[in-house]
Amino acid sequence: MTVKKLPLAKAINESLRTALEADPKVLVMGEDVGKLGGVFRVTDGLQKDFGEDRVIDTPLAESGIVGTAIGLALRGYRPVVEIQFDGFVFPAYDQIVTQLAKMHARALGKIKVPVVIRIPYGGGIGAVEHHSESPEALFAHVAGLKVVTPSNSSDAYWMLQQAIQSDDPVIFFEPKRRYWDKGEVTTDAIPGPLHKAKTVREGTDATLVAYGPMVKTCLEAAAAAAEEGKSLEVVDLRSVSPIDFDTVQASVEKTGRLVVVHEAPVFFGSGAEIAARITERSFYHLEAPVLRVGGFHSPYPPARVEEDYLPGLDRVLDAVDRSLAY
Amino acid sequence: MTVESTAARTPRSAGSGSKRAGAKTVSAKKDSAPGRGTPRGKSAARGKGGAASSGEPELVQLLTPEGVRVENAAYDSYVADITPDDLRSLYRDMVITRRFDAEAVTLQRQGELGLWPSLLGQEAAQVGSGRATREGDHVFPTYREHGVAWCKGVDPTLLLGMFRGVNNGGWDPNTNGFQLYTIVIGSQTLHATGYAMGVAYDGADSAVIAYLGDGATSQGDVAEAFTFSAVYNAPVVFFCQNNQWAISEPTEKQSRVPLYQRAQGYGFPGVRVDGNDVLACLAVTKWALERARAGEGPALIEAFTYRMGAHTTSDDPTRYRRDEEREAWEAKDPIARLRAFLESEGHADEGFFAELEAESETLGKRVRDVVRSMPDPEPMSIFENVYADGHALVDEERAEFAAYEASFADAPVDAVTGGEVK
Repeated sequence: MTVKKLPLAKAINESLRTALEADPKVLVMGEDVGKLGGVFRVTDGLQKDFGEDRVIDTPLAESGIVGTAIGLALRGYRPVVEIQFDGFVFPAYDQIVTQLAKMHARALGKIKVPVVIRIPYGGGIGAVEHHSESPEALFAHVAGLKVVTPSNSSDAYWMLQQAIQSDDPVIFFEPKRRYWDKGEVTTDAIPGPLHKAKTVREGTDATLVAYGPMVKTCLEAAAAAAEEGKSLEVVDLRSVSPIDFDTVQASVEKTGRLVVVHEAPVFFGSGAEIAARITERSFYHLEAPVLRVGGFHSPYPPARVEEDYLPGLDRVLDAVDRSLAY
Repeated sequence: MTVESTAARTPRSAGSGSKRAGAKTVSAKKDSAPGRGTPRGKSAARGKGGAASSGEPELVQLLTPEGVRVENAAYDSYVADITPDDLRSLYRDMVITRRFDAEAVTLQRQGELGLWPSLLGQEAAQVGSGRATREGDHVFPTYREHGVAWCKGVDPTLLLGMFRGVNNGGWDPNTNGFQLYTIVIGSQTLHATGYAMGVAYDGADSAVIAYLGDGATSQGDVAEAFTFSAVYNAPVVFFCQNNQWAISEPTEKQSRVPLYQRAQGYGFPGVRVDGNDVLACLAVTKWALERARAGEGPALIEAFTYRMGAHTTSDDPTRYRRDEEREAWEAKDPIARLRAFLESEGHADEGFFAELEAESETLGKRVRDVVRSMPDPEPMSIFENVYADGHALVDEERAEFAAYEASFADAPVDAVTGGEVK
């Protein structure tokens, strides 16, 4: 058994390397992914080892990147596209929504477009505008796309392997502020299903559901709550489309309380969908309304106030207190 | 790469026969020549702004509107070995395409189709370029390439499903190398470019042709496709049918320069061709595809033509354009000019035209019959093929909807369907 301790970004790098080695049809494309190794160095060293035709520095044009990736997929390739930052995906949104998501259905299943779109997302790194957003709900809303987001190094490695192997388009959101967090990766383990949620901390008083960068925040909140004698269960959703409601439901029916936490704005966010579904599924088990903690209905704020915008330990615990007080 | 070698590998191509047509030609005034295999020839773009002294735009033409064959030093070689059989075959493709198109318009008027985008007037551009492709080449169409589909062997009745509303694209893109129609303007030019990049990575000896219209040239995706194809030297030909109108907007609302000149800024050749001259379209597209296959990268062809009909059956061109304009273009009709040439050269007799007429009518009838008997999709098909590997939410909603539908099984006579359970 091979166990490595890797930062999340390095786990993705290793995962890409494994995929490039395993399948000659896998390509990595994006702005600065080649010689530079990506602005976060996620693709560091790959072009050197696999060549410019497999790790492709593209023109600075997101729609062009995704649009040509679709064409390459139609030719039998499996492109893994990098969008440099969350806020830059929108020039490609048309290609993703009107073409990538719909082509398999349009062709009555006769063609497949296995394109993975990697997007570093979320805030907390003190960046300028357009570099800190969490647009996952905008993709989860679109039939034909799958949306996943790892919270730790092991999931980053394995979920990317599975996303590349999927015959469906997958939007792969990477929690950029966790890129440098180290975790154990067992590269010869057999992973669980891609779209299955994981209970990462057991508890009895309330359930916290989170994904991506907020899993760590929720685990810290649960640890702090434990010191106050409150037992919080934390579910790492991992997949935003589809959502593993069964795991969430089982947890809620145990604890009776649910708080959903994400960086994205609460309004029409994935928390709204989870609240609605869990209310339908577990109405008589709920001791309190499902509460949500997330971003506000404002543009992502300047870096000097982002800590007030982002859900932190205190805002999560405040919601837990409100839930428990019902 | 020689024309002969291409012809030998292109059995369906118009230039493949051994009997030469032997038509007399007259010297062309316009010596449009990009030069084979070389970047951007001088004379293809010789007319500044594209307007010759006659007021007509300068373009590659091999057959005048009157059906007279004119010489063209640069492109004659691409149709040099064309036979009378080939010419009759090109004529047949255009006539059949027009007949099919007219049938579809009629079917829309009868309520059998929800919509139809007519290609009337663009037969030469589509048949000429379509016949220039060979097996292994790959076509990325807009939603109006009915003539190209015909050339690629796609059963025309399959094109009608999406316009009847029974599917969103009813043919298998892998069978004929003809991708599904793309409705979002310009999107397919990027898919074609990516596909062509893949062709190059594979080291394959084939090319890709992307269709687009004059309106599409304003789209960012088309600009990006030009950039990507140039940067990666992708074997893709952009075939722009400038039919003068993007619904109600004339080409002047899209560009201040002739469209083919856009190519220069991206670093690949652009050529304007008479889009109503099937021979010229065939020759110029062969040139572009051959240089793409030979690793010389992309090219842009602007086929100067005219949308004789409405944008679609939902459109009313009387609100934005004059009848005289259409009348002027009628004199340049692509089918009439090839017929004039065939007749003047003695390549076709009345029997040929009568037989073709009968064949067209037979196709029209088949199209009518097939369309009218196209079944509506089953309601549960909504949930099919949303994902290749499945999706829990789709499964859940499918089950819920099935249960809902089943709940009507014992219901009394349904007022809407007259008791018929679908």
